[in-house]
Amino acid sequence: MEPVFSDNNLEKIYEKVINNKRLDFEDGLILYNTKDLMGAARIAQYKRKKLHGNSSFFIYNQHLNYTNICRNRCLFCAYAVDYCTKDSYQYSMEDVEEEILEKTNEPVKEIHMVGGLNETLPYGYYIDLLKTIKKVRPDAVIKAFTAVEIDHLSKISGKSIEHVISELKDNGLEMMPGGGAEVLSDRVHKKLFPKKINKDRWLEIIEKVHNYGIKTNCTMLYGHIESIEERLDHFIYLRELQDRTNGFTAFIPLAFHSKNTKLSHIKETAAVDDLKTIIVSRLMLDNIDHIKAYWVMLGEKLAQTALHFGADDLDGTILKEKITHSAGAKSAVGHAKETMIRLIKNAGMDPVERDAFYNRVKEN
Amino acid sequence: MTESILKKAYSGNRISGEEALKLYENADLLSLGVYADLINKKKNNDNVVTFVIDRNINYTNICVSGCRFCAFYKKPEESGGYWITEKELEEKIKETKQLKGTQILLQGGLHPDKSLEDYVALLKYMKSNFDIHIHGFSPPEIFYISEIEGISIDDVLNTLINAGLGSIPGGGAEILVNEIREKVSPDKCNADQWLYVMERAHNLGLKTTATMMFGHIEKQEHIIEHMERLREVQDKTGGFTAFIPWTFQPSNTDLSSKTATAAEYLRVLALSRIFLDNFRNIQASWVTQGSKIAQTALFFGANDLGSTMIEENVVKAADVDFRMPVEEMIRLITSAGYEAWQRDCFYNRIRQAD
Repeated sequence: MEPVFSDNNLEKIYEKVINNKRLDFEDGLILYNTKDLMGAARIAQYKRKKLHGNSSFFIYNQHLNYTNICRNRCLFCAYAVDYCTKDSYQYSMEDVEEEILEKTNEPVKEIHMVGGLNETLPYGYYIDLLKTIKKVRPDAVIKAFTAVEIDHLSKISGKSIEHVISELKDNGLEMMPGGGAEVLSDRVHKKLFPKKINKDRWLEIIEKVHNYGIKTNCTMLYGHIESIEERLDHFIYLRELQDRTNGFTAFIPLAFHSKNTKLSHIKETAAVDDLKTIIVSRLMLDNIDHIKAYWVMLGEKLAQTALHFGADDLDGTILKEKITHSAGAKSAVGHAKETMIRLIKNAGMDPVERDAFYNRVKEN
Repeated sequence: MTESILKKAYSGNRISGEEALKLYENADLLSLGVYADLINKKKNNDNVVTFVIDRNINYTNICVSGCRFCAFYKKPEESGGYWITEKELEEKIKETKQLKGTQILLQGGLHPDKSLEDYVALLKYMKSNFDIHIHGFSPPEIFYISEIEGISIDDVLNTLINAGLGSIPGGGAEILVNEIREKVSPDKCNADQWLYVMERAHNLGLKTTATMMFGHIEKQEHIIEHMERLREVQDKTGGFTAFIPWTFQPSNTDLSSKTATAAEYLRVLALSRIFLDNFRNIQASWVTQGSKIAQTALFFGANDLGSTMIEENVVKAADVDFRMPVEEMIRLITSAGYEAWQRDCFYNRIRQAD
């Protein structure tokens, strides 16, 4: 149906979108600042439907976090602890095997694995992680390690990024998640996560990973100290890299949760901000196929709603989420496949179970 | 097809129940939302969202009704039943006044051993000791009192009005279709009786709200029928201040169905804004939806966020988050780009919140 905009500024953006013209920084600002949330949603939904129709994707996946010990101690993190403190842990290969084995009766298609920078773990540990998972669960795709971990592995092994990637790939790594980017801004980096790799390094590593033939996701942690302009820069950095590599599969906006972090004074993101971030990312990231409404962070209700604001994916069953829940997330720690299907159907969309690469999973 | 119905509504023409059902069945959620938003902003075009500071006081939890969706009530013979004392009332009202509250939402179960006198005593106590508005009872309570006393609805209403009742909340409507009520709340007044109580109340000068609890065993056409019947009464009386749809909360109740999802809630909310052309205010339910969907609802036709609920017992009994400090209410409204105004029971704006 023909859009009716109460904000006239949206008309020229709509024109651009229907004519496949790329939106610029200024357009992004208009979208973020408009009071006409529903008009902006219309434009994003036009784009989303053009790409995916009524399909809404989800995956049968399992999260695994091999350690919570991390030397980076980013200010927005409630998950990381120091070595040998009360709640610290690092999985042995037996632990990994046991956790994966618990779910081998379930049709898990993807193991999503990230952890902290734990300096007591040697390079070989990471290779063993991959081998162990592959041994127990050969049919699931391993999507593991962020650019931050890849950088760490290169440092502790003295091997080049390319060398590390190639060894991980040889041992079962098939895809990488998009974490660790946070906000691609030197200002925010300096204030919130100075010990972690910066924007240039993150982009450099991901480009190498893509060039090596490994697809990744990309993310943005928003709702803390970053400005709207910094978010838009972030989108443009991602978009430029994607123009070169075409290696990003999905973009996942991550709504900041402050409980138990050093930034606990910051309030929960507003739903309007969450929805606008979905809208703007759908429209700015014109070369990334999928926008994910991550239910762990948005809550199931808003994630479902976001399927009408530009998102086409709900992530998945997850089974046991730890990181956002340590920061006070109120969503469930995991969901049954039936719940994912119900959320999508009740939103008036067609559920599509996918694998890690967004291939449709055949019905049994 | 749905597009032309939406445009018809937007241009100010009333849509029929049949047309509403077509929208319900076929329109996509975003289209409904877009038009509900446009219609809402045409009607309430000053970028304001209102809320009320009040306290929900449940004078008793003893109830003969035994509704299957309720997690709050106790049967008369069961332990754990109570009738509120004057001392408890006093404390609760004092606290409400301190928190800038303007009204008391006074509701309770259908208590078999209490008479009209007891309700009059409650109201008189509150009104003689405090300057506060009483938004009290609901049609099932009024109807039950008239049965117990063997007097007319008008007599009950007049007696309560004289004792200080200021307005009536729209609870107990559930779904205003008898075949559904017979299943979920068989011992509560039926649809016609509910509507009759409201119509009489309006005629006697009381304003009321209207609610709808959905997401259990009803079908789409029942939701439309519910709204059609409200619209008819409103045409006659103009006495409804607001419509408040909310979703059934299943935990600790006898109905084993699942909660309606957010998309279903927003769909019904938007539809109500489009269909109920003679209602000025549509209230979002943060109690059942949580703050994120409540904020989203302000773009799906709602222009009011209801109460901060200094105390709420009924939904709490079904394990739902139930309290929202005033600052959080204000933040919810302003971070959505609206001005936040505290209102009274009649939707008069009292002060802009800062």
